Amino acid sequence: MDQIEKTLLEKVADLHKVPEGAYNIRSNGKMAGRNTTANIDIITKEDKSGIDIRIKPGTKNESVHIPVVLSQSGLRETVYNDFYIGENADVTIVAGCGIHNCGVDTSEHAGIHTFYIEKGARVKYIEKHYGQGDGTGEKLMNPTTVINIAEDGYMEMDTVQIKGIDSTKRDTTAKLADGATLIIHEKIMTHGKQYAETNFEVDMDGVDSSANVVSRSVAKDESHQLFNSTINGNNKCSGHTECDAIIMDNASVSAVPKLTANNIDASLIHEAAIGKIAGEQLIKLMTLGLTEEQAEEEIVNGFLK
Amino acid sequence: MLELKNVSYQVTEENSDIEILKNINLKIEDHFVAITGPNGGGKSTLAKIIAGIIQPTEGQILLDGEDITNLSITERANKGVSFAFQQPVRFKGLTVKDLIRMAAGKDITVQEACGYLAEVGLCAKDYIDRELNASLSGGELKRIEIAMIIARGTKLSIFDEPEAGIDLWSFNNLIQVFENMHKSIHGSILIISHQERILDTADKIVVVANGEIKDYGSKKDILPSLLAAPDAACKTLMDKLV
Repeated sequence: MDQIEKTLLEKVADLHKVPEGAYNIRSNGKMAGRNTTANIDIITKEDKSGIDIRIKPGTKNESVHIPVVLSQSGLRETVYNDFYIGENADVTIVAGCGIHNCGVDTSEHAGIHTFYIEKGARVKYIEKHYGQGDGTGEKLMNPTTVINIAEDGYMEMDTVQIKGIDSTKRDTTAKLADGATLIIHEKIMTHGKQYAETNFEVDMDGVDSSANVVSRSVAKDESHQLFNSTINGNNKCSGHTECDAIIMDNASVSAVPKLTANNIDASLIHEAAIGKIAGEQLIKLMTLGLTEEQAEEEIVNGFLK
Repeated sequence: MLELKNVSYQVTEENSDIEILKNINLKIEDHFVAITGPNGGGKSTLAKIIAGIIQPTEGQILLDGEDITNLSITERANKGVSFAFQQPVRFKGLTVKDLIRMAAGKDITVQEACGYLAEVGLCAKDYIDRELNASLSGGELKRIEIAMIIARGTKLSIFDEPEAGIDLWSFNNLIQVFENMHKSIHGSILIISHQERILDTADKIVVVANGEIKDYGSKKDILPSLLAAPDAACKTLMDKLV
């Protein structure tokens, strides 16, 4: 693996060396490393590109890293990764994709991740997307996440895209059974002429299921973001979705919430706030000795932290 | 030393000029000076003019003899002017530690940050990683605002009504904070207040009303007349006596 690929790995998975526990590193469309453990198996799919990750019931405190790096300009790929999380397991999964494009052709990675979280299992899923390279070739990333949570299962998903992706369409759908919980934190920053579209669709089918979908984003320069969030309460359940965005320069952000309560005991809330950085926030930090630019940077970094 | 020379500030509203401050001349040489006077009299505007948030329409502001009238907020801050807002600003995502770090102007250890918070009576470990968002009460935000000023430790610290929005229990602590600050801060403290107990800790008192300085002198000369005057400049003080 060369330096560019190593840098990408650091950015998307905070990996400086080979991770502990199970991992599968995909580099330019090929497997660049894999490790399995007694409880976590990784199997290459035979019918299409991708892997199955199988986690045994009761597995505790283990982690799986599955980073993807693309440094070959013009490579376009679609990868299917399926995660089977056994009953009462408690694991952390770190995925992420970094693209370095210094060429003129478009590089694209579309990862379709499907989660089957069994009864009582808990998953913390962290996903980071990052692009770099000064070529004119575009860097596209279109992640799809399909989440199925069985009874009393729990999933927390942190998805971050801070820099360098020219265009992204992020689709996440989820189905929640009785007592299942889903928490999603999305953080996005776009700049230049980038476009980011996020679509969340959560079906709370089970009694006492709950979902909390929170997006924080910053749109700079001429970039545009679209946030669609659909939450369907099909049973006694509680759902909350929030979109909080800062716009700067000539950027634009649209937030489109949609709540549907199909049950008298469904309780659903949506909050959305879009606006520029408040003048008083800038002034406060300037009275501490920061320049206006430094103040902006601190406010944006804090907001996306 | 801070000096205001012929400072005026006027705004135009519906085609008529309103004078918020009229020809203010003031020298702050003492350690602890309180500014008091009725609401709407121009006290906060005066503080904002010193901090550079508002530009005066006329006049000069001198800090240790240097004309800072045309300097930006940032430049004045770096020359040693600190300003605690009457209504602290909230920030989504920025933590108490972030703000203290920015105030101190350098990376600080948790221990150092804790020291500043302890001075305003906050148990640091409960607060250090809290975001400055709506989850903090007005009184907590106010103390953090003051901790930032202590962390800066500049030669001029301005507080705009530190007591506003603070409950009685917190207020007693606040008085202690200022008494401690009086002893520990090197430089001048300028505090806008309506509270007798805060005025009582000051070396000198300035009375501002209708955009003008009505009175300026030592506490022992000013405070009795403020409290005795039937139409005292500071109504809050009168209320306390009734």
